[in-house]
Amino acid sequence: MTETFDFALVNWSRGLFALTAMYHWLFVPLTLGLAYIMAIMETIYVKTGDPHWKKTTKFWMTLFGINFAIGIATGLILEFEFGTNWSNYSWFVGDIFGAPLAIEGIFAFFIESTFIAVMYFGWNKVSKKFHLLSTWLVAFGASLSALWILVANAWMQDPVGMLFNPDTARNEMGNFWEVFLSPMAINKFLHTISSAYLLASVFVIGVSAWYLLKKREVLLAKRSILVAAVFGIITAGYTIVTGDGSASLVAKNQPMKFAAFEGLYHGKTGAGLVAVGVLSQTPEDPNYEDLKEFYFKIEIPNLLSYLAFRDFNAFVPGVRDLLEGNEEHGIMAATEKIKRGKIAINALAAYQHAKEAGDNEKAAEARRVLDENFQYFGYGYFDDPKELVPSIPITFYSFHLMVALGFYFFLLMIIFLWLLYKDRLEKAKTLLRIAIFSIPLAYIASQSGWITAEVGRQPWVIQDLLPTMVAVSHINATTVQVTFWLFAVLFTTLMIAEIRIMTKQIKLGPKDEGGK
Amino acid sequence: MRDRNILSRVFYFYYDGFKSMTLGKTLWLIILIKVFIMFAVLKLFFFPNFLNSNFDNDKERGNYVIEQLTKQP
Repeated sequence: MTETFDFALVNWSRGLFALTAMYHWLFVPLTLGLAYIMAIMETIYVKTGDPHWKKTTKFWMTLFGINFAIGIATGLILEFEFGTNWSNYSWFVGDIFGAPLAIEGIFAFFIESTFIAVMYFGWNKVSKKFHLLSTWLVAFGASLSALWILVANAWMQDPVGMLFNPDTARNEMGNFWEVFLSPMAINKFLHTISSAYLLASVFVIGVSAWYLLKKREVLLAKRSILVAAVFGIITAGYTIVTGDGSASLVAKNQPMKFAAFEGLYHGKTGAGLVAVGVLSQTPEDPNYEDLKEFYFKIEIPNLLSYLAFRDFNAFVPGVRDLLEGNEEHGIMAATEKIKRGKIAINALAAYQHAKEAGDNEKAAEARRVLDENFQYFGYGYFDDPKELVPSIPITFYSFHLMVALGFYFFLLMIIFLWLLYKDRLEKAKTLLRIAIFSIPLAYIASQSGWITAEVGRQPWVIQDLLPTMVAVSHINATTVQVTFWLFAVLFTTLMIAEIRIMTKQIKLGPKDEGGK
Repeated sequence: MRDRNILSRVFYFYYDGFKSMTLGKTLWLIILIKVFIMFAVLKLFFFPNFLNSNFDNDKERGNYVIEQLTKQP
């Protein structure tokens, strides 16, 4: 069935969405994390009454404001794209997306118009405690705002709590709490926001390191490093813990993605985790369809089995097991899923015809068949099982890059805190330079996380139910291509503006002000 | 300030805040230009809602999507 789709259209639509989401995500994590770092600094100011903490808080608030102003509303374009480029998808998800996005809109508007105004305009106008409360509410509200979109994304990875209505071809919310509190949603939210907090910690440490190298704002830099390093150690640890939880959920709900994480083609009991590796590509297998070995790898024995199923000797299915099936381990072959998917699609068509003809008996029978096979619905759009495999190299490398950088930041935070405690930070010039260059690495890690999640789940927009190629709107591919380049220019301009204004403000440094 | 009612106090809170902005004015300008480009240009000319602009009601939209979901090669 795949030959009926316009893949130029599908690929440009995917490219446009990826471009928008990735640029949007350049701004979001710093907003989420820096808000908490500012709130902690202001709490210390309110507790101690030391005006230097106020000066420090206000300096980071200025950088927060720049990032917030340039990033705000960039996410709205994603919503435009749902309606224009992904109309089949938007219709199919029904009110599952509507409710979380509406809640997000209300929260975002309420917080942005109220507490951010108090945070910026309220110094010396409202009480210290109310101002502090406003700063905390901005931080809390920003994370809460991110919650809803992440719940919606988690539903796409693990669709639960809904009922498919064959009369309208829409999914209807069956149980809000099942959607909201699904393990995938909770884990995705915690992992994503903790990684955002970590990015902000790296940012604060990097900027502070620059001041120390320039021998400027030494007290502000040291105090900022203290807060950011402690916050960073906690959030890096939490990112690692939630990352582990996330991998375990992926192993159960998206086994093909999990196999792609590790470049695992042939399932194993007691599978080892590839800590570092380079995938081999041979002339006989240019598309990594049946990787037998790595060029190079360092493997930790049995750890992958434990990571996936909390059992060092558990069987972890590989790409081939998922395509060809594995009777011994109860894994259904992809060809069988494709067959059942086609039965489900035909049942939906039969249901529609029966309803139009007023034949309730046939409609009921078609509905029964559809319900029985609905969990395989999306497979019916494929003919070749190989189409069910995501890009292994992109998924494998982005996953390993994200994990390696996550551990690197954890180590960086510990070293910074230790040297600060020993009062040797100013002399560690190489380390200070490394911290500055770690800022872009934090963004690379954050983007890699999303690439792992989103490329790894291909070919699905909704796991097992709706493939990407079916979700797309039937519009002109050239129009999408023009929009892509237009956006590339617009977003690049915004990114350059952000970097220029931000670096100018960092060079200017904090404002000196009198009074408490 | 104490003599003013709550609405007036809220108004002057924002008014004074906006008036005393320095870098904030540049940032607001960026926000306004960006929002204008997004809604007056992009949304209007590049992002029509496909189903809303091609079909009159939900019944037609649903039928179209069902047709897309069930069409055979």
